Amino acid sequence: MNIVVCVKQVPDTATERKLRSDDKTLDRDAADGVVNELDEYAVEEALRLKEAHGGEVTVLTMGPDKASETIRKALAMGADKAVHLVDDALHGSDALGTSYALAQTLKKIGFDLVVLGSESTDARTGVLAAMLAERLGVPQLTFANKVEVNGTSIAIQRVTDYGYDKVEAVLPAVVSVVEKINEPRYPSFKGIMAAKKKPVEKLGVADAEIDVAQVGLAGSWSEVADFAAAPPRAAGTVVKDEGDGGVKAADFLASKKFV
Amino acid sequence: MSEVLVLVEHVDGQVKKVTLELLTLARRLGAPSAVWAGPGYSAEAKAKLAEYGAEKIYVADSADITDYVVAPKAELLAQLVSSASPAAVLVAATAEAKEIAGRLAIKTDSGVLTDAVGIGEGLVADQSIFGGGVNVQSRVTKGTPIIAVRPNATPVEASAGAGAEEQVSVAVSDAAKGAKVVDRVKEEKGARPELTEAAIVVSGGRGVGSAENFSIIEKLADSLGAAVGASRAATDAGWYPHQFQVGQTGKTVSPQLYIAAGISGAIQHRAGMQTAKTIIAINKDPEAPIFELADFGVVGDLNQVVPQLTDEIAKRK
Repeated sequence: MNIVVCVKQVPDTATERKLRSDDKTLDRDAADGVVNELDEYAVEEALRLKEAHGGEVTVLTMGPDKASETIRKALAMGADKAVHLVDDALHGSDALGTSYALAQTLKKIGFDLVVLGSESTDARTGVLAAMLAERLGVPQLTFANKVEVNGTSIAIQRVTDYGYDKVEAVLPAVVSVVEKINEPRYPSFKGIMAAKKKPVEKLGVADAEIDVAQVGLAGSWSEVADFAAAPPRAAGTVVKDEGDGGVKAADFLASKKFV
Repeated sequence: MSEVLVLVEHVDGQVKKVTLELLTLARRLGAPSAVWAGPGYSAEAKAKLAEYGAEKIYVADSADITDYVVAPKAELLAQLVSSASPAAVLVAATAEAKEIAGRLAIKTDSGVLTDAVGIGEGLVADQSIFGGGVNVQSRVTKGTPIIAVRPNATPVEASAGAGAEEQVSVAVSDAAKGAKVVDRVKEEKGARPELTEAAIVVSGGRGVGSAENFSIIEKLADSLGAAVGASRAATDAGWYPHQFQVGQTGKTVSPQLYIAAGISGAIQHRAGMQTAKTIIAINKDPEAPIFELADFGVVGDLNQVVPQLTDEIAKRK
C-alpha cells in the first residue's frame, strides 16, 4: 500500500505566535517550528498500517525550506521517503490554495491512502482533509479514531458529537485522524541516523503542475483585512477561600444573573 | 434583498440553537433561507425556523443525504448556490459543517472563512486566532462568501419570516457516495447539553484528582444546566472521556459562562475557551495562569469550593 502522510510545520504553541505586519501572514520566524501535533498521530497511523499491510510511507510537506526539519522528524519516526513542496509562489496560500497545491502533488506522486491530522494548531480550520477528498475525487474518511484496512476496503470510526459513525469505503481514500487514535512513537537514535540518508525530493510549482494563479497570497479566495492583538481581559476579582469561596462564587454568578 | 443560505443543524428532528443564532445573524445580511438536509423535517421544525426569520425553507429530506459522509450536503448547497445566487452561505462552525463548507467552497469556486465569532459590514468576519491572542478581520474575495460561525457567538432574537417551504430534489452523485455511513453509535451522554453548543460549561482538570471525583464537576454542571468539559490532563489521565476535552487538540467552546475547576490554564487549554464571555476559575494555586483570564477567581480547594457553590446555586433557585 502506497501511503502518503501529509505533515505541516506549525509555530510552537508554547511560544508567542504572530502575524506579519507587512502581508498579514503567519510570522514563521517569530516562533520555533514544530510538527503539527495531530500530524504525528497521522505519521504513527501510517506506519502502523504499513507494518500490518506492507507498502511504503511517503511524507509530504508544503512549506518553506525550514519545514525540512518537520520532514526529518517524520522520517526519523520511520517513514521511507519524503516530498517537499517548496516554492515562494506558495507563500500565503489559504486553505483552498493549499488543498489545490497538495492535491496536484498527490496526483503527481500517486497514492492508495492519504493520511493527515484532522486540524493544524495554527490555522485550525479543520477543512483540509475534506478539501483534499473533494479535489482528488476520493472518499472522505475524516476525524477517525480507528482505521482498519482489509485489501482494498477501508473502514473507520468517525468521531461525532454523539459518539461515532462507522464509515466504509474503497481505496484510494483520504483519512484524517484525531488525537487518541494511537500513541506516536519517539524517533529512536537509529531512526534519527537513518533519516539523514532517506531520500527527500524537492518539488516546485512547475514540477507539480500547479497553476500559480490559484496559490499564494494573490491567488487566495480570502484575505485578512486587518488584525490586532486581542485586548487583555479586564482584571477580575480573585478571592482566597476562607470557607466561603463557593458562596462568594455564587454571589458573583447572581450579580451576572446566571442564577 | 439577496438570500442568505443557512444550513440547519438538527438532531432527532429538533432544530439546534446554533441555527437560530445563524438565522438571527443572516437577517442582518439579507433574506434568510434555511436549508434542511436529511430526514426529520416536520411542521414543528418549520415553525421554529420561520419564528426566527427564515423567509424560505429548502427541504431535501432524503436519506441519501445523510447516508454518506459530508459530500452529499456539499452537493445540495452547491445546487442551491447555483439556483438562488445567495449573498452568503452560513454554517455552524462544527467539525462536520466546516467540512461541508470546505467542499462547497471548491465546488462553487468561493472563499471560505471558519470559526467566525461575528460578521460585520461587507461580510467581514471576526475571528479569534492563536488561542485567543490575536483578533482578525477576514473577508472572502472570490465567489460566494461561505462562513462558518461559532455557536454562542450571536444572541438569539425571534423575528418571524414567511417560512415558505420549497422541496429540493437532489440526485446525489456517485462521487459523493464514496464514504458510506454503515452505523451510528450513540454513546451515553445523559441529558446535558452538547459541549460546543452549551451556554454554560463547567470543566475539570488535573486538580479534580480522579475519575470518581468528576462527579462533583457534573453536579455543579447539572445545577446550572451546563455541559461538562475537561482539560487534557484530565482526559489523558483517563478521568473523563476524550470527546469532552476542551483545548487546542480538543473542542473549542465559546459559552456565556465557563467555570474552570482545578485547571491551571496552559495555552493548550486556553486555546479552547478563551472567547468565553465570563470565566470563573477555582484553583488552589494562586499563581495559576487561569486567574489571568478569570472574571472571578477563588483560590482554594475545589473539593470544598465546588460542592459549596453547587449547594448555594440550589438554594437560590
